[in-house]
Amino acid sequence: MNQNFSTLIYLLSAVLFILSIRSLSAPNTARRGNALGILGMMLAIAASLTFGQIQDFVWIFAAIIFGAVIGLYAAVKVKMTALPQMVAVFNGLGGLSSVLIALAEILGGSHSPVETSLGLVIGAVAFSGSMVAFAKLQGLISAKPIHSRLLHLTNLVLFLALIGCLVHFGFKAEVRIFYLLTFVALVWGVFLVLPVGGADMPIIISLLNACSGWAAVSIGFSLNNVLLIITGALVGAGGAILSYVMVKAMNRSLSHILFGSLAQQQTLVSAEQKTAKSGSPTDAAFIMENASKVIIVPGYGMAVAQAQHILAEMGKDLHEKFGVEVKYAIHPVAGRMPGHMNVLLAEANVPYEDVFSLEDINREFATADVAYVIGANDVTNPLAKTDSSSPLYGMPVLDVEKAKTVFFVKRSLNSGYSGVDNPLFYADNTIMLYGDAKNVTEEIVSVLEK
Amino acid sequence: MNDWGTLLTIFTLACFIGYFVIWGVTPALHSPLMSVSNAISGIVIIGAFVAAGQNDMNETKILSILAIVFASINIFGGFAVSQRMLAMFKKKQASNKTPGEKR
Repeated sequence: MNQNFSTLIYLLSAVLFILSIRSLSAPNTARRGNALGILGMMLAIAASLTFGQIQDFVWIFAAIIFGAVIGLYAAVKVKMTALPQMVAVFNGLGGLSSVLIALAEILGGSHSPVETSLGLVIGAVAFSGSMVAFAKLQGLISAKPIHSRLLHLTNLVLFLALIGCLVHFGFKAEVRIFYLLTFVALVWGVFLVLPVGGADMPIIISLLNACSGWAAVSIGFSLNNVLLIITGALVGAGGAILSYVMVKAMNRSLSHILFGSLAQQQTLVSAEQKTAKSGSPTDAAFIMENASKVIIVPGYGMAVAQAQHILAEMGKDLHEKFGVEVKYAIHPVAGRMPGHMNVLLAEANVPYEDVFSLEDINREFATADVAYVIGANDVTNPLAKTDSSSPLYGMPVLDVEKAKTVFFVKRSLNSGYSGVDNPLFYADNTIMLYGDAKNVTEEIVSVLEK
Repeated sequence: MNDWGTLLTIFTLACFIGYFVIWGVTPALHSPLMSVSNAISGIVIIGAFVAAGQNDMNETKILSILAIVFASINIFGGFAVSQRMLAMFKKKQASNKTPGEKR
């Protein structure tokens, strides 16, 4: 009887989780989506506590409240630019939780050691990988991509060791081997993420997100729990699809990102003979206030400079004072996690109707008077369309060069993360605005507001 | 109790649902998608309740309690940060006059 009742509630939770994600299809239903997710989670937890034949509630409640305080505090305090790190940490803790549950299972005498150890391995990789991703995003360790044969060899050896342990475990469930398995999986997670460069982080974060889902699936199999399986599968699909979207948008392959890319080795075109025109913020303000349509292209550099608020003010001034049509163009990989730039613009009160994705806005550059590129580079590089020898070739880019005038707000003529020179800097209709993204935009705003 | 085949069936079907539902999410909301799905992956918490709820304090119980703490951080933090993000997505008329520095 109780069993049936809890099964029903679990089913309801699963449906709520599906609806929760479904609601994220449009911004106006998205908040309801989060509420549905919370409701599903509360029901699932309440049902498990009620029907789980639990003798001692004290420690459970203490643990939930302790975690809630930490989680809520972190979520309220985090700055939106630091969102990717935050998500990485939360994700890692989810993985760690799976590891601990799997360990407890084994010590308590698991009936299904293979599924349990699979959950442990995936959870451990999600945990240690997320911690490295956090350290990279937070700038605690270098975010530069590492290309090393030795590292890739180590990864291979660790992977084989992991398979060996798993197979051994299938035949003989020794606790000793289980500890070894945990250790190897943790180390593997570290070495897997360590070589990945900062620009590839959106892909890795999505992938680690998928891992924490699949860890939940494995735990679900070992505990015979349908809700864990369904929810984990949803999360796993989400992470996998997001990483696929990011990989496509960067024109990379997953094996290149994880096992080293050769793109960096190629010799770069020297920029010495070419000259780039530069202008002052006053020029830019003058040209933009007389334009009829301005498209703003923000990139990660804008987020680093914390320029989203002043940028939104510039857009607002142009629109309200000078009647300029202002739109924002977001490349799928702008930022350090999928959709990061949209969140930052939303934080600065840019209405979401003015923010467009690459496919939706690319044709409009031809009718725009100004493209204002701030903190972005590779995602505008026309070589991706024309030069088949370029590592960027084939990557979808924003056609900013079709605008009458292109402003590049940049500190220098340095190439982007790809290490590829951008010929757009030297184009006739390009004007460079050298300086910090925030300072330059501030100066433009002060001219506009005069 | 469900047998292995049933669980595998459920898993496979859930993957398909996930696939179709996730593709429906607008790219502008990919960050909230990630943090919502992150939060709901904290559902593993229910896998720790039975072992954490036993009377005698042993290593199994301690590990499960720790698992609950971490999963709880994941759940509460994930939903709270999603709420913060989603609250910022506004329509034109609703946009505020002063885009003051929020932190």
